Amino acid sequence: MFDKIWHRHVVAEEAGELLLYVDRALIHEGSSHAFVALAAQGQAVFRPRQIFAFNDHYVPTSGRDRGSAGIANPEIRNMVLKLASNTARHGIALFGIDDPRQGILHIVPPEQGITQPGLFIVGADSHTSTHGAFGCLAFGVGASEMMHVMATQTIWQRKPNTMRIKVDGAPGFGVTAKDVILAIIARIGAGGATGHAIEYTGSTIAAMSMEARMTVCNMSIEAGGRAGMIAPDETTFAYIANRPFAPQGTAWDDALAVWRGLPSDAAATFDKVVEIDAAQLSPMVTWGTSPEHALPITGQVPDPRDAPDATQGAEIAAALDYMALKPGTPLSDIAVDRVFIGSCTNSRIEDLRAAAAVAKLGRAKVTAWVVPGSRTVQRQAEQEGLDQIFKAAGFEWRDPGCSLCTAINGDQLRPGERCASTSNRNFRGRQGTGGRTHLVSPAMAAAAALTGHLTDVRELAQKG
Amino acid sequence: MQPFTTISAIAAPIDEPNVDTNQLCPTRFNKVPRGPKYAEVLFHDRRFTADGAEKEFLLNAEPFRSAGILVADRNFGCGSSRESAVYALYEFGIRCVIAPSFGDIFANNCGKNGLLPVVLPDAVTASIRAQLRARPGATIAVDLQEQTVTDAAGEVHHFEIHPVRKKCLLEGLDDVARTRQYRAQIEAFEAAYRTERPWLYASGG
Repeated sequence: MFDKIWHRHVVAEEAGELLLYVDRALIHEGSSHAFVALAAQGQAVFRPRQIFAFNDHYVPTSGRDRGSAGIANPEIRNMVLKLASNTARHGIALFGIDDPRQGILHIVPPEQGITQPGLFIVGADSHTSTHGAFGCLAFGVGASEMMHVMATQTIWQRKPNTMRIKVDGAPGFGVTAKDVILAIIARIGAGGATGHAIEYTGSTIAAMSMEARMTVCNMSIEAGGRAGMIAPDETTFAYIANRPFAPQGTAWDDALAVWRGLPSDAAATFDKVVEIDAAQLSPMVTWGTSPEHALPITGQVPDPRDAPDATQGAEIAAALDYMALKPGTPLSDIAVDRVFIGSCTNSRIEDLRAAAAVAKLGRAKVTAWVVPGSRTVQRQAEQEGLDQIFKAAGFEWRDPGCSLCTAINGDQLRPGERCASTSNRNFRGRQGTGGRTHLVSPAMAAAAALTGHLTDVRELAQKG
Repeated sequence: MQPFTTISAIAAPIDEPNVDTNQLCPTRFNKVPRGPKYAEVLFHDRRFTADGAEKEFLLNAEPFRSAGILVADRNFGCGSSRESAVYALYEFGIRCVIAPSFGDIFANNCGKNGLLPVVLPDAVTASIRAQLRARPGATIAVDLQEQTVTDAAGEVHHFEIHPVRKKCLLEGLDDVARTRQYRAQIEAFEAAYRTERPWLYASGG
């Protein structure tokens, strides 16, 4: 599948580097550096209708009645305004702060049908791998490459290797797509897929909803993957049908014919193959400062002295020092100060349903935020009454954006605060300087909110 | 882009694996316009306290304040695609990072900004870091034309780099100028592609 999409987008070749045609490019407020570089070179945007812009990283998640005028911090407000002026100048579609479709750049394009099988999508954000869930090739790029895409609608690339990650078996109760991808990263490492495009296959993946598949592909980058993708099937097509940007009428049939030809042939070979038994997995939680530092919730904080060598021992010790954790502590004894349910990893409607199903079993003991991925998700959740469940359980129901995942809009942890978070990165300071992050699924995050410590959601749900 | 040809500079050993771009440039600095201010941004939260006082960190100590090369561990520059991580390295004075592996996006971003990412085997980078810890202030030489790193003990290590990337760095070429020569091919591609997948160009939303 990777090869088919790759080859169809080759425009030219120069000494083994390929010039690939980009179908759609996704940008956000942080793409200001790309616009500056574009202006410095006196370049126009070559195909503005193939660029889509999103106010997500810098938008506040409360007090949104006054739009950008309501953003107190002038530097943050300026980032939101600058995207509006840059996109208006170049004729680029903006899903702006006041748009009823506003949301995160990896949530809105699938919702709107902008993300489709067979496309080559680049985004100004590393989690662009999310879109690969639809059987397209999608990855993040920096400002210089995005400037090049805006100027030429193409990008120079060397072909990555391919990796198949085959996940089979029925995950047990309480084990979600988030747990599957955390287990994969723990197995292969944060650089385990570097230089590779990953294709996820197997019965577990095939049985997943599009929302779950997006969670898996989203975190491909946390394993170092250049891209993560899943073959399109009936689940994919049913999700896309009738969305605003989806092909309509006879065009739908033409599109389907192309899409059905995308999955890898049975004889396709991969440079690396990894196999995972989903039936053996437990709900996962990270204990350290890299997404590879993940263990089943039933485990204990690792001991540097048990590491296979001194280098790894030092790495574990440094992570535990930052996280203020003692070796041997049961993971479910770790008390948290905050809970964050949101981000491009886990802020879709299914994620909120899973969290609400747990939230209704009790009442939050710590500050717990729910930040839907988009206005569309937010409206649907409100129609289903999920907001009322969260509010009744003492959770805060907020407005859509990247929020506490990237902690750039003013939402952040205080130094030393510990957060159970459904986001994708537990890097030092990711959620605010000195903040400590434990990555979990939405159900596990809700469970931590109810107990005030990391909790095996399976035990809580059984009691409930 | 500034060309990269050769460098002989003080090298600083960064011993931790998985140094992510959040460490190189904490997120709140992404909105800083490109320029000399980025020198302070590099490893900001590891180097400075909340009130701006210096913490104990390798790059705050002499002689590493004037380092021009970093020798790092595996998966350096993983995480976010932020190019500001490269701006921070560049403004601090770093022109080359040597590591066993890099985050893909970060390595691409380096190449677009005149900064050379060099991949050498784990054992080699570990031994160079050990040399640098034993002799703080030791210099390393990197020659892009010859594709060599000469370590602090004088041993020469060959590295691989794609010939196009090498040429762009050596000559300071920027890709947009190069791609402009392919304008006709791009438009021919588009014409065929639009015929094949017209639904992508229908108005949506």
